Amino acid sequence: MTVVGDRSEERTAERKPANRFPNEVPRPEGELNELRKPWVPPRGWRILSAVNNTYVGLAYIATGLIIFILAGVLAVLMRTQLATPENDLIDYALYNQLFTMHGTMMMFLFAVPIVEAFAVLLMPNILGTRELPFPRLSAYAFWIYAFGSLAFFFTLFFGVAPDTGWFMYTPLSDARYSPGINADMWLLGIGFIEIAAIAGAIEIIVGFAKTRAPGMSIDRIPVFAWAMLIFALMIVFAFPALILGTILLEIERALGWPFFMAEKGGDPLLWQHLFWFFGHPEVYIIFIPAAGMVSTILPAMAATPLVGHRLVVLALITMGVISFGLWVHHMYATGLPQLSLGFFSAASMSVAIASGIQVFAWIATIASGRLKLKTPALFIVGFLIVFTMGGLTGVMVASVPFDLQVHDTYFVVAHFHYVLVGGMVLPVLAAIYYWYPTVSQKQLSERVGRWVFGLFFIGLNATFFTMHITGLMGMPRRVYTYLAVMDWGALNLISTFGAYMMAAAIALLVFDIVRTFRFSFSDTVGNIWDAGTLEWMRTYTYGTRSIPEVDSRYPLWTRPELSDETDEGRYYLPGTLTGRREALVTSPIDARPVYVMQVPGPHWGPFLAGIATTIFFYLLTFKLVLPAVFFGVVAVALILWWVWDLDHGPVRRPAHIGGGLVLPVYTSGSVNHSWWGTVTLLLVQGAFFTCLVFSYFFLWLVNPHSWPPPGVSMPSLAWPAVAAALYAASSAAIFFAGRALARPSSGALQLLFPSALLLFAAAVGVQVYSEWQTGLRPTQHSYGAMVYLFGALQGFLGGVLLVMAGFTMARSLAGKLDAVRRVTFDNTMLLWHYATAQGLVAVGIVSLFPRALG
Amino acid sequence: MQRRVPDLLPPLASGAGCLLLTGCNWSQSVLAPRGSHAEAIDGILRVLFIGGALIFSLVAVLLATAILLRPSLRAWMASNNFIIGFGIVFPVITLMALLTFSSVVSRTMNGISDPKIRIEVIGEQFWWRVNYLDGQGNPALATANEIRIPVNTPVEFILKTQDVIHSFWVPSLAGKLDMIPGRTNRYTFAATSPGVYRGQCAEYCGDQHALMAFYVVAVPQADYESWFAEQVGNAAEPTTPLLRQGRDLFLAAGCGSCHTIRGTPADGTLGPDLTRVGSRLSIAAGTYPVNVGTLAGWTSSAPHLKPGNLMPSFGNLGGEQLRAIAAYMESLK
Repeated sequence: MTVVGDRSEERTAERKPANRFPNEVPRPEGELNELRKPWVPPRGWRILSAVNNTYVGLAYIATGLIIFILAGVLAVLMRTQLATPENDLIDYALYNQLFTMHGTMMMFLFAVPIVEAFAVLLMPNILGTRELPFPRLSAYAFWIYAFGSLAFFFTLFFGVAPDTGWFMYTPLSDARYSPGINADMWLLGIGFIEIAAIAGAIEIIVGFAKTRAPGMSIDRIPVFAWAMLIFALMIVFAFPALILGTILLEIERALGWPFFMAEKGGDPLLWQHLFWFFGHPEVYIIFIPAAGMVSTILPAMAATPLVGHRLVVLALITMGVISFGLWVHHMYATGLPQLSLGFFSAASMSVAIASGIQVFAWIATIASGRLKLKTPALFIVGFLIVFTMGGLTGVMVASVPFDLQVHDTYFVVAHFHYVLVGGMVLPVLAAIYYWYPTVSQKQLSERVGRWVFGLFFIGLNATFFTMHITGLMGMPRRVYTYLAVMDWGALNLISTFGAYMMAAAIALLVFDIVRTFRFSFSDTVGNIWDAGTLEWMRTYTYGTRSIPEVDSRYPLWTRPELSDETDEGRYYLPGTLTGRREALVTSPIDARPVYVMQVPGPHWGPFLAGIATTIFFYLLTFKLVLPAVFFGVVAVALILWWVWDLDHGPVRRPAHIGGGLVLPVYTSGSVNHSWWGTVTLLLVQGAFFTCLVFSYFFLWLVNPHSWPPPGVSMPSLAWPAVAAALYAASSAAIFFAGRALARPSSGALQLLFPSALLLFAAAVGVQVYSEWQTGLRPTQHSYGAMVYLFGALQGFLGGVLLVMAGFTMARSLAGKLDAVRRVTFDNTMLLWHYATAQGLVAVGIVSLFPRALG
Repeated sequence: MQRRVPDLLPPLASGAGCLLLTGCNWSQSVLAPRGSHAEAIDGILRVLFIGGALIFSLVAVLLATAILLRPSLRAWMASNNFIIGFGIVFPVITLMALLTFSSVVSRTMNGISDPKIRIEVIGEQFWWRVNYLDGQGNPALATANEIRIPVNTPVEFILKTQDVIHSFWVPSLAGKLDMIPGRTNRYTFAATSPGVYRGQCAEYCGDQHALMAFYVVAVPQADYESWFAEQVGNAAEPTTPLLRQGRDLFLAAGCGSCHTIRGTPADGTLGPDLTRVGSRLSIAAGTYPVNVGTLAGWTSSAPHLKPGNLMPSFGNLGGEQLRAIAAYMESLK
């Protein structure tokens, strides 16, 4: 056998002597039963309260596939309408809803969620942990996604589906040009599903950092997990821009605060900047996890380690960073200055390097091993071809002059479908075939698989290659029909035919899934690809019997016995310490065991709160504010209900988990997973606030001579000084509350929290009233709208603090909070200090910046 | 400079898909450049397409090698150097070259200035208002959905919008530029051959975005001047009883509250100026040819033909009356 690459090293890694296992066998009787008990899944209809990653992950993937099919059906309808010129099958009103819904659903409701779904399903097993840190949060995210996206789809049947494009450009989407509720459906319907994406991202980031198998140091983490981390971080920084944009637009529509109306000092380009600051990273948010899948599947299919592992990880990180500097390449035709276009053009092209590294690493990996041409490998080869093509047209459209011709034509439609269908859907199909054996008792048919691949691959190219030409022949995007005299008929007919082939391929796949899928945890097809990563070990509801120790990137290749040994309980934590669900937390860099985390189990909260949240947002869409508020309160109450029985505290003393390691079952402070989760949430909030500050300065640049507009006088500096002092005082009160935790009986906490709340409320009040008393109103000019938005955001944070303060005090009164068991307090404190800092910055900008301008 | 027939590359690129199946309409094609900008971009397009095809072939050959050849023949590929060579060094060099080339072309395109003619084009849902400006920037001639320009003369287009965002695009002459509320975009380019070029709105602008086209007619300088002199005058007086009836009906039906026909009391500005509507290539923004039939049909049922446009239905008029109005409009040359 010719051995190339570094597999030889992996294969000859040191054999572990039999007596060096962390735990002895045989394991004591009853240990397995105790481990199993808390993980028993709910039965029957109670399954809706399940939060285990495998159940949620599978339901998540299934929902994602349903959305994919529904959005695909919309595409087939559009292709049917466009098959012939001047076709009157579908009228303009429905067609405009179809393309808006197709894009929106594919981008927001299929691509991002299905990737998160794969992460929820596979990450714990790939990392070698029993569960990710926040299973109930994941379950909640899944439910709002499932209810929200189905409700969103059904708007089509009532003719109220959004019809202003997935990009919702103002002013077309504002109240003057889209007076119906269609646009609100988009803003609220999609806006809240982003909550699910962010919740999933927090779960992935903290899971990646904290719940890896011992020994899975930073250099041994599978590329899949790296890709998921970068994906999640990108969501944290990109989605806030979109959320801010949708909030601004909804406020403009509902209350008339001008952010985008040109005649009142707003600017439609602000929407475009916010949208594409999210929208461009979005493309990579979709592609990066798919690339991670390819980097994980390919080594198994080629029976060799990934060549250039570190280069690939670096390329993924680079891609994630650069993708935030490209958004303007969607705006070449808006008439921006030439210099900035040059910068963005260069940045756009440089992404090609990060893609190139990966493409050639994959080719090198294939060359290093021997590719088994089974269905997953076919999809990956197809992916390499299609994605390369999409990458090359991507370099083309990065060139400013060329883009000015093809922008918003079918050439661009062809380009991004090559990138997205090629770069994301093909890898996801590969992933379905590849990982199917980990959850099913029967594998998908190889014969059918070849047909699925063949039909899909040929259909894809027939549809989209043709569109390059259609675009060059002058056909713009988003048109419900075209004149026969333009001679685009033949090209369109080919595209339509190709779309039918793709639809047939998906139908065939669904048929095969229905035929073969038999869910099981442990009695699955198993490792038919002879893969080397941990998700191929024998698993149960609780993951593996014991937590394996990892000494390479492909633990099952360096140690084929690992699965059996783990299953015998020879490794860490073969039982339970607390009698609850548990997972092992390891250190972020070198993955040393740190503590045993108590993992929450099944609960009705996530499911019910998911329903209440969905109702809340849809009632808001219909402007039924009071009923909406009611369901909003119910949703918050349900969330608090499930959070109430977390934070168990140190229920027992530190205990042995094997290998001489004695670990605590509870920690607080910066080691705790919940602390990490809160900090990640604050990053989201910080990114949101940064986008708001950007918007403020952007609108100033649009109105350099009227900031504030003529006739508006600014409040005297005493006002902001008072507001700042009040903010600082409220944080100080919380600081002292932290000290008082050591003396729970003193009652100081019950005094300090309300005081802090009052101080914060007073600060917000002063901040807002100081502007109001000058006569400034939010509806007259974008200046006022921005000023009051800063205040409104502080008010919102105050509301969150109110809930968290009440919750923390309740825990204290219930005796569930003290100097040791203090995670609840710590999280509240983190948010509090953040809210104060944000308030100080907001007050500073609003009161000082216009003065600095003179 | 003047390429009559699309040369080698376009037919190759569009190949079987288009030319073999139908005779092609090249009036709105990037592949048939007839303007200063479009020709410059065409140069980039050729480099991109040929380069792209070569790189794609290279990747395909490497991939096939990796899958199909004997291990000894592909062992050289399984190394970091292979990745660094093809994945970093090669793209850095090609992209630098491309970026330089691309910015040089951008600069030459922006270098075209000193326009001889200024034309304000205002996007409206879903048609194009066209104002020829005089030396002071005041409207000298109003028309709609059709722009006549002299060849080889730089023309500045001043792009604005009345409502939502539209995008001004004539592929044969130049790339697109958006029309954005609160902003004015300026764009200077020249047609290099006489001809009729079709343009179409390239930014989704609502219900009838699909039917928002226009024509640019490039003619020799002398023809342009005589055309312009003719256009600025008042509308032709109706010469037959039918046409006179048509004019009277036009005015009686209130058409003049939205449309202008210079030399008559009709002076509305909400809709397109109709002073020379009979001489134009299309009505309803590039949607229908101009003849008595289409004019009558449009007058009676515009909301049905192009739902969402502001023109109301005049279906209350009888067939005779519609014919008279249409004949009158058709005579406005």
